[in-house]
Amino acid sequence: MSFKQNLLEGTNFNPSSLTALQKSILRAVVMSFLFYGLASIEGTLMRVALVNPSIPPINGSPEHFFSIMTVHPVIGIFGSTYQLVFAAFMFLIPYLTKKPLYSVGLANFVWITITIGSALAWIAAFVWHYAPLYTLYWPLPADVDQFSTMGGIVFIVGVALIMIGTLAFIYNIYATIFARVGVHANKTTKELLMSGFGIDGLLNLIYKLAGKPPYTKEPALSLPVVAIFRGTVDTFLDALVILAAGILVLVYLLADSAGVHWDVHAIDALLYKNFFWWGLDLVADGLVLIYVAGSWYLLATLITGQKLFMENVARAALLLELFVSWMVWSHHLLSDQGQPEMMKLISGEMVTAFELLTQGLALFITLVTLWRARPLKMTMELKYLLGGLVGFGLAVPAGIIQADMGLNRVLHNTQWIIGAHVHIAILVGLYMTLYSAVYVLWPMVTNNTKLYSTKLANAHFWLHLIGGIGMGAFMGMAGLEGMLRRHFYMDGEYQTFMVLAAICAVMLVAAWVLFMINIVMSIGLKGLLGIFLPAEDNTATYGIDPQPAVVVTQKKK
Amino acid sequence: MTFETSIELLKFHNVAYTIYALLIISVIAWFAYNLTRETKARPLVRIPFYGYIAFLVAMGVGHHIFTYNAIPWVSEDIMRHHITPDKTFEIKVANHQFNMPKKMEIKRGEKVFFDAKSDDLTYGFGIFRQDGTMVAQMQVNPGSRNDLLWTFNECGEFDVMSTEYSGPKGNSMHVKKAVIVTGCETKGVQS
Repeated sequence: MSFKQNLLEGTNFNPSSLTALQKSILRAVVMSFLFYGLASIEGTLMRVALVNPSIPPINGSPEHFFSIMTVHPVIGIFGSTYQLVFAAFMFLIPYLTKKPLYSVGLANFVWITITIGSALAWIAAFVWHYAPLYTLYWPLPADVDQFSTMGGIVFIVGVALIMIGTLAFIYNIYATIFARVGVHANKTTKELLMSGFGIDGLLNLIYKLAGKPPYTKEPALSLPVVAIFRGTVDTFLDALVILAAGILVLVYLLADSAGVHWDVHAIDALLYKNFFWWGLDLVADGLVLIYVAGSWYLLATLITGQKLFMENVARAALLLELFVSWMVWSHHLLSDQGQPEMMKLISGEMVTAFELLTQGLALFITLVTLWRARPLKMTMELKYLLGGLVGFGLAVPAGIIQADMGLNRVLHNTQWIIGAHVHIAILVGLYMTLYSAVYVLWPMVTNNTKLYSTKLANAHFWLHLIGGIGMGAFMGMAGLEGMLRRHFYMDGEYQTFMVLAAICAVMLVAAWVLFMINIVMSIGLKGLLGIFLPAEDNTATYGIDPQPAVVVTQKKK
Repeated sequence: MTFETSIELLKFHNVAYTIYALLIISVIAWFAYNLTRETKARPLVRIPFYGYIAFLVAMGVGHHIFTYNAIPWVSEDIMRHHITPDKTFEIKVANHQFNMPKKMEIKRGEKVFFDAKSDDLTYGFGIFRQDGTMVAQMQVNPGSRNDLLWTFNECGEFDVMSTEYSGPKGNSMHVKKAVIVTGCETKGVQS
């Protein structure tokens, strides 16, 4: 097949064979990777500007630099990862529970709303240079002396749309899980709730220690569904907090545009910071860690075709993480001297340290599950899963180290936290886990479309892994030498680290380009267009295949 | 083991974390290699499941116990309202500008109390060495108390920068050589 033919037609992709569920998922995946590309280009622009501030398009302008910094996480987290995760889960929940998705229409609403919301937030930063950063520390987002009121309104409407899309995803997930059809036709709400929160796993452990028969031999929900159920609780709470903060900012901005200037100090900045970090932290420490743990368990069992090691412990750990994720936000306020010391000690240090336990457990259980099934073929999905384990193996301790009153005093708001912790967690830990899921789901969602090139897939893997770890490491090293994370250095400070970090950032963009070429050459431009055309088959579930393609791949060895 | 200055702590941290990072990458790489081999690999160490859990708990708790004992500013920070400082400096921040004594002169070993107030936005108050490394920092929130008790165990001239983003205008909040610490026989850290 010629290059041109591949580009137009793909390998053997036929969009008209896709069900409504498959199409809605693929649409979100396409938007997710487009937003990922935008976020990685934005990140690279900032990294390059820290090497040479006067280079276009930033041209030494702090207004431009910080507007990119504001929208970069919105595009990366919401536009890309939220869309990808939500799409994967709206496909997996019907697949794992053997029940149809509650509503394909709602699934389409989710990706459209989040796409429009992310685009509006981006436009607010691009056109009006609205730049309060994602932390929105009060009263900065309502500071009309520095920022355009219209820019603020557009930004907040964009974020609100993202949260509305998030709430629609949550409704779709829970409506599917609680639907009394198929295998759950005879289950009660109590049984599903007990299983969803991981309480049955905990009771199984307690009964075992007491020498009693297990509470339940066959839990109502499989472990990955439990993780999705649990993580979605945090997604819900987080959406409420961000929506509430957005409404507050919007009210002030609308009042200002009506000529009424309210006193911003009527809102206590530290109390607001506590409220907002409680919500934001549910993304970082609740949602990500739980969703990721659940994804690791699912991927390990799908790749090996075997049961998960220590499943009851894993279920109970998910319940523990529920409480842990609600009580750790103070580690973001260890440098806020008005924050009560006991909150810093208990929430900021001690409860936060439990994340080492919960994530360490997930890593151990995944590794042992894989180990017991060896020898395994080093498939793309396995390779990426191991990359994801490395990412969190590096990033979680880097965060725990800083969640300490001694170290926070000299590391807070430096490049350490955003490089060694956040970027390695997201780019290496989270994205490599997501890429593993993409390769696992690829044959199911595309009806066994042949991947254009394994060489391109491998090149993407190594460029992403080395670029991601390298960029995080060099940013982290600069942070240890005092470089701040939210400052536009313009006099050549920390040059060696910034040059190395910029090279790694370019590697990440190159990796994304290779990945996109591989995908486009596999599905073709016609196929890409076909994904967005209405589906002929309205099926809202995916045929249950007892031998998914990934398991077959391993068994062939 | 006690860290006299932040630079000592950061150097230790850099070495310790680098060793850990290389270790975890090596473990997963070894694991990946052996995962694909037909011949049964012999584990380098056999880790019992509950032993591993105990190790994680010990690391999580032990880290804070270690830093509490090894980093002098932790206990000082917790007890700062019960310690009489040798010097107090009041810092007012508003309109993206620091309003503070032009030169804050300090003798090595003195306990210094920095009392910062913001009239408008959230800022940061950070003290930096001339090579850009950080001595210490805190957030400066409007409407709440922001105070830092610090003992300088090193001499030199230090810059003050805002360590929190307060809009693009805040990017220029950098006061050079605002803190001067004297009293060392030679420049730098004195044991």
